[in-house]
Amino acid sequence: MCTDTGCRACDSANVYEAFKREIARERLRRVDVKATGCHGFCEKGALVVIHPRTILYTQVKPLDVPEIVAKTIKKGELVERLLYLDPATGKRVELEGEVPYYRRQMRLILGNNSKIDPADIRDYLALDGYEALRRVLESRKPRGVIDTIRKSGLRGRGGGGFPTGIKWETARKAKGRKRFVICNADEGDPGAFMDRSICEGNPHSVIEGIIIGAYAVGAHEGFIYVRNEYPLAVEALTTALAQARECGLLGSDILGSGFSFDISISRGGGAFVCGESTALMASLEGKPGEPRAKYVHTVKKGLWEQPTVLNNVETWANVPKIILGGPAWYTKIGTGDVSGSPWGGSKGTKIFSLVGKVVNTGLVEVPMGMTLREIIFDIGGGVPKGKRFKAVQTGGPSGGCLPESLLDLPVDFDALTGAGSMMGSGGMIVMDEDTCMVDVAKYFIDFLKDESCGKCLPCREGLRALLEILSRIVEGRGKKGDIRLLEEISEGVAATSLCALGGSAPNPVLTTIRYFRDEYEAHIRRKQCPAGVCKPLLHFSVIPEHCTGCRACFKVCPASCITGKAKEIHVIDETKCIRCGACFDACRFEAIAR
Amino acid sequence: MSDAGSMRTIRDVLLPGRAGVAAPASGGVSGERAVQRILESHGRMASQIIAILQDLQALRQYLPEAELRLISRELDVPLTRLYAIATFYKAFRLVPRGRHEISLCTGTACHVRGAMRVKDAIEREIKIAAGGTTLDMRFSFETIRCLGCCGQAPVMMVDGELVSRLDHLTVGKALEKYK
Repeated sequence: MCTDTGCRACDSANVYEAFKREIARERLRRVDVKATGCHGFCEKGALVVIHPRTILYTQVKPLDVPEIVAKTIKKGELVERLLYLDPATGKRVELEGEVPYYRRQMRLILGNNSKIDPADIRDYLALDGYEALRRVLESRKPRGVIDTIRKSGLRGRGGGGFPTGIKWETARKAKGRKRFVICNADEGDPGAFMDRSICEGNPHSVIEGIIIGAYAVGAHEGFIYVRNEYPLAVEALTTALAQARECGLLGSDILGSGFSFDISISRGGGAFVCGESTALMASLEGKPGEPRAKYVHTVKKGLWEQPTVLNNVETWANVPKIILGGPAWYTKIGTGDVSGSPWGGSKGTKIFSLVGKVVNTGLVEVPMGMTLREIIFDIGGGVPKGKRFKAVQTGGPSGGCLPESLLDLPVDFDALTGAGSMMGSGGMIVMDEDTCMVDVAKYFIDFLKDESCGKCLPCREGLRALLEILSRIVEGRGKKGDIRLLEEISEGVAATSLCALGGSAPNPVLTTIRYFRDEYEAHIRRKQCPAGVCKPLLHFSVIPEHCTGCRACFKVCPASCITGKAKEIHVIDETKCIRCGACFDACRFEAIAR
Repeated sequence: MSDAGSMRTIRDVLLPGRAGVAAPASGGVSGERAVQRILESHGRMASQIIAILQDLQALRQYLPEAELRLISRELDVPLTRLYAIATFYKAFRLVPRGRHEISLCTGTACHVRGAMRVKDAIEREIKIAAGGTTLDMRFSFETIRCLGCCGQAPVMMVDGELVSRLDHLTVGKALEKYK
């Protein structure tokens, strides 16, 4: 069963304890309870999968456990009410693989998360773990490993999409006293948590990838830079490293090959910019994480001025799969050269965190090239509560918002960039008609303004200026010409900032203007927020014809500004109203207008 | 160690009997010893400064000035650099915190699912703005960007424990149990 951070919020720790207790009480010796990492279907946590049949129970509570043990485990009967209910057919689904959410996915990287206990290396070893490393060390030259990775077409999963093989090759050829490899687990994009889930659920797959990479480029020292906000990931990686060391998979003379390598963990300090390669390296050196100009790339002069390979968690986790499956197998997955990209398409799978206003939230792993529509509607189940889809935001704060008309776009590094957004690390945030796009743009600029390291002026001051204009617009003080001004400043910031943070920071503004200009105009000209989000533009009032005098709004109003007796029409005193919207949500008769 | 001594008194007044804080027993000595232990565990390397400050903060909940001065002397790193690091990284704090720490996630997924309204509701409930600490030291409240539990959005963390699927109508009740 899943005991990842997300499911822990659904009391999964107590469900786990309940299972252990119940199984001990019933003296079931042949039943093993495993606390695994994220299965991905976070919407329905806490998740329990019963092997070998892979029966999936969703939203399990500690009180359900005795029934599961008594019926399913002892007698092989199903507990109907805990099975997943497919909203499309109205039927209960029995097995994990049959749930539509999983059926359309291709879970190369995440698949093993639900099978292994991350704290036990034997589970990983039982599933071909470290087999790729053994093969590499036994029979492959570093050159050959790099060739394999290059031929597989693997591209950096952290957002840039740079071909991993070329990166490794450059680092191997670069001159230096030492070489380093780094795993970037500073997953800063808000709304993305795939790296956390891999580190927590299958840490050895990342470690194996790093060791293979180190062997290929000739590094003897490696680092995993983990976000401070992910304590469970730090714990899982620390345990996994210790076990790998014990098994002779790290340290000197790995598996008797003569190759020595070790990895240490560094915790980040909560700075978004440290996901940028040069800033991350500065942070590893114990300095404030400010990026530097990359006239000389980090693969030539990175950490402590030495050749350094930095790859994202998901990229590293792909490496053992490619070694075992071979590049010919890997290149069959994904897109071909769809948009004249210099790197020949996007290969393999990509994990997305499908979140926001979507029925099935969670982690989704799909082959590259699947369309946004398939991901959001077929896997994600569409927008909840019958609301209308408005936009999907990909690529985190540096990405953009894509409208309904672009839903048939394939997810591919180059196709998304072409539409003004980007792949990024894989956040996919769905927005419905209740989301205000101007507010979203303001949200991202506010985030980036806080996270800008302040080194270059265009980013530091430009973002501040953008935020000022956006704040003005959402407060109803927008002026004619504001949209043009936003575009002008955006272009300046993008063109003149040093690192990718500034270079891509205006994307949320530019894409929302490009695809949702009418919303900006509604705010500026008519002083209205069509989605009903921007507080200063809202005016709550009671629609007398609909009001039944049920007092529901009266009870929830924190400002006590609603008056009216039971069964009489209520009135909102707008001078006292704080526009919290509690009455709007509490009313069951649509009697509150905003 | 007069500095450390005075810091301790202030903290004792502000945070009486705070759980999890190893209060220095006498003088400033054990405070110094704790710092020395942290320094030793990182091999007294200036390059490990971020990890050192993280450990110090885990112990004290914030970075006391006296102990920063001590680290500066011991590692021969200018205090200005420690200050630069402590203010650059969001994880560090230079002021003491309340008994209960509320971190409301305002990541994108939480944002589109109404985190800002939850924020307003919390601010109304405990009567301070995000970033502040209540006068009775009961709560410190901050917003952070993304706890990585986007599937359960909106979420907050109270004293390291996740509270998920928040709602602006009910969040006040959820805080009542923290005294």
